[in-house]
Amino acid sequence: MAVILDLFVQAAQMAVVLLLAPLLTGIVRKTKARLLRRRGPSIFQPYRDLLRLLRKDVVLAESASWLFRAAPYVIFATTWVAAALVPTFATGLIFSWTADLIALIALLASARFALTLAGMDVGTSFGGIGSSREVMIASLAEPAMLLVVFTLALVAGSTQLSTIAAYLASTGVGLRVSLGMALIALIMVAIAENGRVPVDNPATHLELTMVHEAMVLEYSGRHLAMIEFAASLKLLLYVSLIGCLFLPWGLAAAEAGPAAYATAFAVYLGKLVLGAVLLSFFETAIAKMRVFRVPQFLGAALMLGFLATLLLFVSRSL
Amino acid sequence: MGPSPVVLVLFCVALLLATALLSVAGGRRPGFHQTTYGLSLSATGLALLIAVQQLAFGTASALTLPLGLPWIGAHFRIDHLAAFFLVIVNLGGAAASLYGLGYGRHEPAPHRVLPFFAAFLAGMNLVVLADDAFSFLLSWEFMSLTSWALVVSHHRDPANLRAGFVYLVMASLGTLALLLGFGLLAGPGGAFAFSSIRQAAHDPAIAALVLGLVLIGAGSKAGLVPLHVWLPLAHPAAPSHVSALMSGVMTKVAVYGFIRVAFDLVGAPSWWAGMLVLVLGGVTAVLGVLYALMQHDLKRLLAYHTVENIGIIFIGLGLSMAFEANGMGWAAALALTAALFHVFNHSLFKSLLFFGAGAVLTATGERDMERLGGLIHRMPMTGFAFLVGCVAISALPPLNGFVSEWLTFQAILQSPQLPQWGLKIIVPAVGALLALSAALAAACFVKAYGVTFLGRPRTDKAAGAVEVDRFSLAAMFVFAGLCLAAGLFPGVVIDALSPVNLDLLGAHMPAQSGLPWLSLVPIAEGRSSYNGALVFVFVAVSAGLAVWAIHRFASRAVRRAPAWDCGFPDPDPATQYTAGSFAQPIRRVYGTLVFRARETVDMPPPGATRPAKFAVSIRDLVWDYLYAPIAIGVGFASDRLNHLQFLTIRRYLSLVFLALVGLLLVLAIWP
Repeated sequence: MAVILDLFVQAAQMAVVLLLAPLLTGIVRKTKARLLRRRGPSIFQPYRDLLRLLRKDVVLAESASWLFRAAPYVIFATTWVAAALVPTFATGLIFSWTADLIALIALLASARFALTLAGMDVGTSFGGIGSSREVMIASLAEPAMLLVVFTLALVAGSTQLSTIAAYLASTGVGLRVSLGMALIALIMVAIAENGRVPVDNPATHLELTMVHEAMVLEYSGRHLAMIEFAASLKLLLYVSLIGCLFLPWGLAAAEAGPAAYATAFAVYLGKLVLGAVLLSFFETAIAKMRVFRVPQFLGAALMLGFLATLLLFVSRSL
Repeated sequence: MGPSPVVLVLFCVALLLATALLSVAGGRRPGFHQTTYGLSLSATGLALLIAVQQLAFGTASALTLPLGLPWIGAHFRIDHLAAFFLVIVNLGGAAASLYGLGYGRHEPAPHRVLPFFAAFLAGMNLVVLADDAFSFLLSWEFMSLTSWALVVSHHRDPANLRAGFVYLVMASLGTLALLLGFGLLAGPGGAFAFSSIRQAAHDPAIAALVLGLVLIGAGSKAGLVPLHVWLPLAHPAAPSHVSALMSGVMTKVAVYGFIRVAFDLVGAPSWWAGMLVLVLGGVTAVLGVLYALMQHDLKRLLAYHTVENIGIIFIGLGLSMAFEANGMGWAAALALTAALFHVFNHSLFKSLLFFGAGAVLTATGERDMERLGGLIHRMPMTGFAFLVGCVAISALPPLNGFVSEWLTFQAILQSPQLPQWGLKIIVPAVGALLALSAALAAACFVKAYGVTFLGRPRTDKAAGAVEVDRFSLAAMFVFAGLCLAAGLFPGVVIDALSPVNLDLLGAHMPAQSGLPWLSLVPIAEGRSSYNGALVFVFVAVSAGLAVWAIHRFASRAVRRAPAWDCGFPDPDPATQYTAGSFAQPIRRVYGTLVFRARETVDMPPPGATRPAKFAVSIRDLVWDYLYAPIAIGVGFASDRLNHLQFLTIRRYLSLVFLALVGLLLVLAIWP
């Protein structure tokens, strides 16, 4: 019986991330529009966009190979699996041990590998520019992220996301310098990984500043829908990750009753809205930086992560 | 009761040497490559079976032959460590022979390759089998010389000759260091057998000196920075299946030499030795991949990337030494397992990638990526196998490269318990370097695959490429399959490595087979776990579900049209991103510091009709600041010493007399 409940929670988790991801994107867009004194589309617009794209034909470039057609599904599937392994409203997911936090980052790296290859596949200059910038950004963001993971793992004594979340939710942790640094580094990485302002602009179509949009320029129809969906999922993943690590309150423990799950779910929705609003404020308040400023931004994240790790090597209580 | 395993493997070696002699006789005959590679394939295949059996079930098996120095004889022995490396050598050897069956057809001068190929395989087997310093050094030198002959097999190209010269110098330096190291280990009594070296107690100062010498000797063969300079010159110069052997296998034989001395012969390691190895490993990993990113010759890129992987292996070894010095046997076993697992993985995917590069070379005659492109359409099978190799080497789940890096990260996370402050500071820094190199490796292989196989063909040769023969494809697909298998079921490899750990460290990782769902739990369930097979199944099922749902309920129509390219498509393939332009952001970020990369733009003033020019200069600082001064110094010294050639007989005699007096004085003063 317990196994069935666990399986149900895991399935619910997979469905929840899938269903909520476009909503999160919609909330961010709506809030940004309101902050700019525009009306903005409805928060459900991303769902409509996805459905519209799914119904359309795919227009495939003549020089595209099988890799170009397979990549969207690989990107979507790896991102979905990664997002489903982050505790959203309940810890103790039955499959959380299949991939720890390091493996989770590597799954996202697999998605990026597929996306950057797809950008190179058609053989256009824009695809190449996007891929080459994306790997440059990733070459700094990924180590920074791993150092954040090191910090968390050293504090909690585990790289398992569920264990870390449960440990951080317990009262014994308190405020720590290293965790503060890790939080800042994680937020910087999240901004870069999701292609948000100031690193990249998800709404831009000005060629010379594009990173993510340049890679997916040749995609259309259902393929584009998969990639957009994966991008939404990734944003949801990072908001959930920051939520479950640094705001771990309200997570339902393993095998809690339906009432606890319902409360936890409501709290999770609150965290998502909070994350979306904060992100919109941040993006509205800041200007996009030049591409070659990004290494300095991410280098700071890398150094913060490194300092946090180093502090924990020096003393376990910092 | 048949012959013992060591006799059987020596028989395989004899078979390889006989093949070499046979190829000397018949090498010029057309079609003879099938005989050579067929015989090598059977010999290495047999040796592989014996080695696997020995690793799984065997106990140490030894043999002494009355060869070599009369008062020592030649000792051979297979313990678990040797058995593991015999698996690596013979697996790589068998695949290279299989590949050679097809690839050898295109060889312009087979008599320069075939004899040395078989002899090279025999030499690598002998290094691993040797159980005394004399046979070890002899086999080591034999391995170096046969591989040198293969490097200069296409000797009409001056670049290959230069590569051969640099290789010869560095190999001599390495052997000299090993010779001195073993001399110190054997002591004044000349106890050259490994068994007596192992039993003797070594003075800490001697042990430290030996360790330094072995780092030079084995490190130069493996490609540790700053001794790596020969590697990216020599490995690509050889025919591609030999490049695969040199990069995938010979560097591992060097790692074997290091492990044999540092973990087995000198006795318990000290923590600072572990720290030294760690720092060297970390620097090697990052520099190796940065060098690789700057290359646009496919084979040279792969060779530089070997340097990175050697760095990762040495990070694992250094961690293991540091843990062992502090009596943390379980963590030392974790780190050593990670290193040995990476040895296995790298031998698989690096051989696979060199096979792929060889296939590209056969099909197009080009190694320069800037002249390739779009090969995935013309060579779909090679393209797929090469992609598997790229994903594996970039340490992405669910393939095997990720597992060994994951284990290394897990070992790093155990290190705050180390008591020494030096290690406490260095280990997180090395962890950061490892994370950086992993991310850069992915960038490097997006570039290699994207420019070579994707996009549109940049030359007619690339446009007219055809798929390679079935032997080459078979060799590539066997290794691609093994990469996947080792990634999905890493527990099998880890359990196979546990007797090696038990021999060297007296501890091993917890048994992985029999865990529920075949997952990987290096320390304890609550700390960390990973399940490659399940991750693969999840991703495959989710992707399958998405494909099915969309094609069933939404849309399945496809229209082909010219590329959109933001409204300005240009049919000229030169408008694509090149290898150089792809690496430009990374060159700017890291290269400005590491390679003194400088970009000069010559922009004509408005109205002028001359073209604008853009040039990039990259310096290899290791070469500039280490090797160039040595070369200048050697030149200067030989100029000065040249005078000694033109003295009169009187002066020569007085020199001899003075030398004699000097030596006698030293003897008189010597305590």
